[in-house]
Amino acid sequence: MISRRDTIVGYLVLSLAALISLGPLLGVVILSLGEPGKVGIRIDIAKATNFGNYADVWEKGDFGAAIQTSAIITIVVVVLSVALSIPAGYAFALMNFPGRTAIFALLVLGILMPLESMIVPLYLDMRRFNLDNNYWSVILPQIGFSVAFGAFWMRAFFVQSARSLMEAAWIDGANTWRTLTKVLLPLARPQMLTLAVLFFVWNWNDFLLPLVMLSGSDLQTAPMALVNFEGARRTDFAYLGAASLITIAPVIIVFMLLQRSFTRGILAGSIKE
Amino acid sequence: MSLSSLPVTAGGRPTPSPRRRVPGEARSVAYLYILPAALIYALFVFIPFIHSIYLSFFKGNGVTRMEFVGIDNYIDIVTNPVLRSAFVHAFELIVFYSLIPIAIGLFLASVLHRSRIRGVAFYRTALFLPYVIAPTAIAVIWRWILAPRGPLNSFLEAVGLGALAQPWLGDFTWALPSVGMVGTWVMFGLVLALLLAGVQKIPLELYEAARLDGAGPWMEFRAVTLPGLRYEIVVALVLTVTAALRNFDIIYVMTSGGPGNATVVPSYLVYQQAFKVAQIGAAAAMGTVLIAVIVAANLLIARAGRRDA
Repeated sequence: MISRRDTIVGYLVLSLAALISLGPLLGVVILSLGEPGKVGIRIDIAKATNFGNYADVWEKGDFGAAIQTSAIITIVVVVLSVALSIPAGYAFALMNFPGRTAIFALLVLGILMPLESMIVPLYLDMRRFNLDNNYWSVILPQIGFSVAFGAFWMRAFFVQSARSLMEAAWIDGANTWRTLTKVLLPLARPQMLTLAVLFFVWNWNDFLLPLVMLSGSDLQTAPMALVNFEGARRTDFAYLGAASLITIAPVIIVFMLLQRSFTRGILAGSIKE
Repeated sequence: MSLSSLPVTAGGRPTPSPRRRVPGEARSVAYLYILPAALIYALFVFIPFIHSIYLSFFKGNGVTRMEFVGIDNYIDIVTNPVLRSAFVHAFELIVFYSLIPIAIGLFLASVLHRSRIRGVAFYRTALFLPYVIAPTAIAVIWRWILAPRGPLNSFLEAVGLGALAQPWLGDFTWALPSVGMVGTWVMFGLVLALLLAGVQKIPLELYEAARLDGAGPWMEFRAVTLPGLRYEIVVALVLTVTAALRNFDIIYVMTSGGPGNATVVPSYLVYQQAFKVAQIGAAAAMGTVLIAVIVAANLLIARAGRRDA
């Protein structure tokens, strides 16, 4: 039986846990509105009125350009990665061909691979072919990592739900492409959305790859702008708070809007089967 | 497949020509579907990975000629105390990223298994938030919280525990646990949300049955909660252990491996050796050992999960 007491304890514990998660972030909101300079280390909600901090940081940290760079890179990566993951997952799930298991295993290995394990030759090769210091030097490797998970994720969906539909469509005379685009994709929308949210969060937050690839250029992503800004003013905490919030705002907005899709992706786990 | 012998489909259209093959039979068109994804993955992930293993047997700066040195770079990782300590630190971080959040999560999940909570979406959003935001921003935020005159020390002084106040990130003893604590904060909400979702799926009848058999809370936990959460625990372990081993951004921003080498971790050393001191081979060897450790850890977790089934 579920007692009233159990439910109240449940709410109390969850509220406390939520407070621990949100507390530091709420603290930063107050911090970011405090007085700029060293005094800003202590937060005082009564004096948290310096909304101009955001405009200052936006300008001094060059965040406008950084957000734009991050947005361009992330949107291209999300769109292309989803678009490439779908046909790959479809083929792995519903078609038989020599080498299927081996190719799939090699691809899935990419889910576990840390960028650190290939960043050195990746950088050397990009530099050799003069691909470094532009958008593509970040976009292409990010797509490479994303499709490893994406093909895996879409395959799991097609295996679970598409076999009989595929056969029915085939009886109706549809070829593999028509079956995918007309029959299966409309059903796969929730899975595609989850994939897009996960890709957005991962690639927006990515730091090491752009740090290495864009180091010799004027381009910087939002996390890079934050770290550069932080390196220049290590004790100016009100400004640092504002800069942190500017950096994470796009991800928080996407996450809030599509929270269900994101949690479904994580809760389903990356290792089902 | 017997479907192919049907003369006419429900829609009244003629049967497809016999040359059409059923799904599941060999199709070479499959390669076309896979090609774009596989090509980009091969060029920008897999081939560089193999190339990195190759480079790990050389010494040099990557620009001039590289000198073949066999497994010297790997021997260095075992014998050089700084390189070796990076892996020791990574394993210590697993305690903070993985074991502490899972222990907290299991405890709370077993306490909460009887309550059916409304408004889960709100709590889930809150609990997931630290996992979603950029680690670079998390590092900046926690550098403020842990600053010598920052909120944590102010709080300790305010409640009369001023003796415990530390220059957290500047202290040789406390720097690594402090960075680890940030990992605990990032991971505990995610793990808790995972385990709560799992525990709500365990039928209450199992708990009733255990109680009728005279099981105390500990037996109930061992016999019902833990087996019921097996899958969620495996997912939590995979996500948190991998994050602990890969941790780069937080170390880079919060401590740069310091003070001294108190917080160096493998991924930070890869970056430092490759891009600060131009030891390409050493960096590649470090990266290769790191991926070996990550794959081994994940295989171990997967196997443990299966054995408990």
